[in-house]
Amino acid sequence: MTHVAIADQEEETHHHPTSFVAKYVWSQDHKVIAVQYSIIAIFVGVVALILSGFMRLQLGFPDTFSCINPNTYLQFMTMHGMIMVIYLLTALLLGGFGNYLIPLMVGTRDMVFPYLNMLSVWFYFVSVLVLLASFFVSGGPTGAGWTLYPPQTILPGTPGNEWGIILMIASLAIFIVAFTMGGLNYVTTILQARTHGMTLMRMPLTLWGIFIASMMGLLAFPALLVSAIMMALDLLAGTSFFMPTLVSLGDSVDHEGGSPLLFQHLFWFFGHPEVYIVALPAFGMVSDVLATHARKNIFGYRMMVWALVIIGALSFAVWAHHMFVSGMNLIFGFFFATTTLIIAVPTAIKVYNWVLTLWQGNIKLTPPMLFAIGFVFTFTHGGLSGLFLGNVIVDVPLADTYFVVAHFHMVMGVSTVMVLFAAIYHWYPLVTGRMLHEGMARLHFWMTFLGAYAVFLPMHYLGFLGVPRRYFAMGDTAFMPESAHTLNASISIFALVLMLIQTVFIFNLIWSLKRGPKAGHNPWGATSLEWQTPQVPPGHGNWGDKLPVVHRWAYDFSVPNAKEDCIPQNVPKGADETHHDGSGEHSEGKTV
Amino acid sequence: MNIFQKLTEKPWEPSSDAMAAAVATGPTSQIDARKLMLNIFLAIVSVLFLLIFATFITHSQYPGFESLAGEPWKPFADTTNLWLNTLWLTLSSVAMHTGLVKARRGISGHALIAMVLAIFFAVQFVLAQLWLWRDLSGMGYTLPSNPANSYFYLMTGVHALHLIGGLVVVLRSTFLLWRGGALERIQNSLKLCATYWHYLLGLWLVLFFLLTRSPETYRAIAIACGLG
Ligand code: HEM
Ligand SMILES: [Cu+2]
Repeated sequence: MTHVAIADQEEETHHHPTSFVAKYVWSQDHKVIAVQYSIIAIFVGVVALILSGFMRLQLGFPDTFSCINPNTYLQFMTMHGMIMVIYLLTALLLGGFGNYLIPLMVGTRDMVFPYLNMLSVWFYFVSVLVLLASFFVSGGPTGAGWTLYPPQTILPGTPGNEWGIILMIASLAIFIVAFTMGGLNYVTTILQARTHGMTLMRMPLTLWGIFIASMMGLLAFPALLVSAIMMALDLLAGTSFFMPTLVSLGDSVDHEGGSPLLFQHLFWFFGHPEVYIVALPAFGMVSDVLATHARKNIFGYRMMVWALVIIGALSFAVWAHHMFVSGMNLIFGFFFATTTLIIAVPTAIKVYNWVLTLWQGNIKLTPPMLFAIGFVFTFTHGGLSGLFLGNVIVDVPLADTYFVVAHFHMVMGVSTVMVLFAAIYHWYPLVTGRMLHEGMARLHFWMTFLGAYAVFLPMHYLGFLGVPRRYFAMGDTAFMPESAHTLNASISIFALVLMLIQTVFIFNLIWSLKRGPKAGHNPWGATSLEWQTPQVPPGHGNWGDKLPVVHRWAYDFSVPNAKEDCIPQNVPKGADETHHDGSGEHSEGKTV
Repeated sequence: MNIFQKLTEKPWEPSSDAMAAAVATGPTSQIDARKLMLNIFLAIVSVLFLLIFATFITHSQYPGFESLAGEPWKPFADTTNLWLNTLWLTLSSVAMHTGLVKARRGISGHALIAMVLAIFFAVQFVLAQLWLWRDLSGMGYTLPSNPANSYFYLMTGVHALHLIGGLVVVLRSTFLLWRGGALERIQNSLKLCATYWHYLLGLWLVLFFLLTRSPETYRAIAIACGLG
């Protein structure tokens, strides 16, 4: 067979590191780097979760806990938001899953630039240290809100306006450098290192999601970098990029002629794509989990790919929907409301396709599948409230209320976390060679899913009542009915339960490392390449001495007349099917 | 296959010649990967500067923005200094290109001389820029004194940082050339260095143009870009 001959031309000698330090600390192996990324990300994620616990305690039971005062509330809120969005989700999805899956799924031995990859994780580590250091400096971390809007970020009165904000800016800058080094690797590896037969349209959707998201990250993070540099200059050198002439605490400030609105534009030019940077890899992974555990090919593969590309491109043209109440020109508002609603079309197509993938599938309610289906629910809900907020006229009264808090937690907090759980349950057997404990996993799912609804659904109602976001306490405002207070208390109790149940998950992760049942080869019957390595878990260099050759797309599940209900991508045509005329039922994607 | 054909492939249909598809695809060389990475990196830098330009133009329309050119007494009414700096950077680019051409012909000695010259001119450029900074702040146009000045220092500063970062790589390639490593590898890294250098020259010309316009021109640009 000729494919054996072409399978391996890349015969670079891969040196195998031997010492512990070379293997697990200064490692250039993408799998080790992925695990390093994931552990750091989950660690800061837990910190952010605990911070939200403190906030909820205060909101549910005001005046009970003396350790939370208005300043610490703002600081916890800022750190919670920033950590969750950037240091947990972005890092875990791209640095963690991206690193682990890209080389395995495209069928190569490692990232194209392993050294850069190693630098990336260490820069990330430093950025997290700098961020956490701000808890220990005088004045504490910044309390400016994760959006860091000037002028209040810099002015006295905002907690952490001396050291906290400097460390935050420094940490973000380091993170951007880390992300850029990683992102260049992800994109180049996907474009240049795909194995023989892996055309772009044969890539699993996970890869597509990661690819588009990395591309977007590379082009969006510069906006954050620019605003961070300018803000740092305003802060340290007394320039006036963003700082207007104003009187603060009775004194006029030294700045003159800057524009806070410029910052908002720059921030959201990054901030909105950022939402999709965490959403698109999640979209991709959930597609693969749904297809695999429903034993059915993904519905409308091409449409799914195109939708990812279109969402990626459009998301650079909607940023000002975060600024409807900033006093912008009405025509601008109209333009951005329109683009925002247009982006809902490809997004809705994706939701339909996920549901249609399940239709008449052979659904296995495994833990990853439960979380994936949970995602379809939470994402639909979060998306629907987004349609409300996308309309200027509805957004104006709802802006800065708990409706917004409910919306973004549903759409990017809960939904993305659901996919992360699905992905961890799905790929843990590959990474560790062990299955996670099924009972604990089910308990974890139901408590998380129902808990998330118990916490975030009532917040929509609070938003309609007009409860403002970023408030330490509601006080005795007359328009606030008693029900709002009891609701807040119940939300807090559910939030604490939701947090506690995550310990079951963490325990499961650690316990199963040693005690979990052996996973064996390809336990879910998946088709994509990462499950077809000679060793499980994949060894150094991934593929033994021959790179795999790809013969088909990643969704040959339940092919009529085939012996198995899944045909891996590296199985040659005809080897596993008796006859196959190409017009079989499995090619329903043709309707695309 | 062009990108359109690639994206309209129907992967679920059994292709008639799977073997041909397998041969036509597959990993490319490390050299291509490096080239692609550089191109993406240049796209990132372009976005970075485009964003700075957009904020600059917007800011130029606010009251209190004192542009650095336009009236005879403004510092950039006379651009001789800037032209001199441009000369340094152009010489550096030309020298690097010569180095690349010589390396491709296999004349390592000449290539080495050209590269050393390129480094020398680039360092001259950075020093000349520092001199310019010194002159301007000496005349009272300091970093915080007006947003226009802040943008001037910001843009030239970020540009210089990119040049200095590039110098590290150029030094490494020149060192390889001097040590006499594998010629093909050296040619490739010189090629990438030269691309980056020409890009930085082009970027500098844009900065030059943008920073020395009169308020009327800024107004026109702002209106043309819808930022006015
Ligand atoms: C159990 C889970 C969570 C709880 C109980 C929770 C709770 C909260 C609370 C109480 C606030 C402050 C609201 C305010 O005062 O305005 C907040 C803000 C925020 N949360 Fe969460 N959160 C959770 C998970 C997440 C996740 C997974 C994300 C990831 C996207 C996230 C992102 C944010 C952001 C971006 C903010 C806004 C911060 C700001 O206003 O500057 N949260 N959350
Ligand atoms: Cu948005």
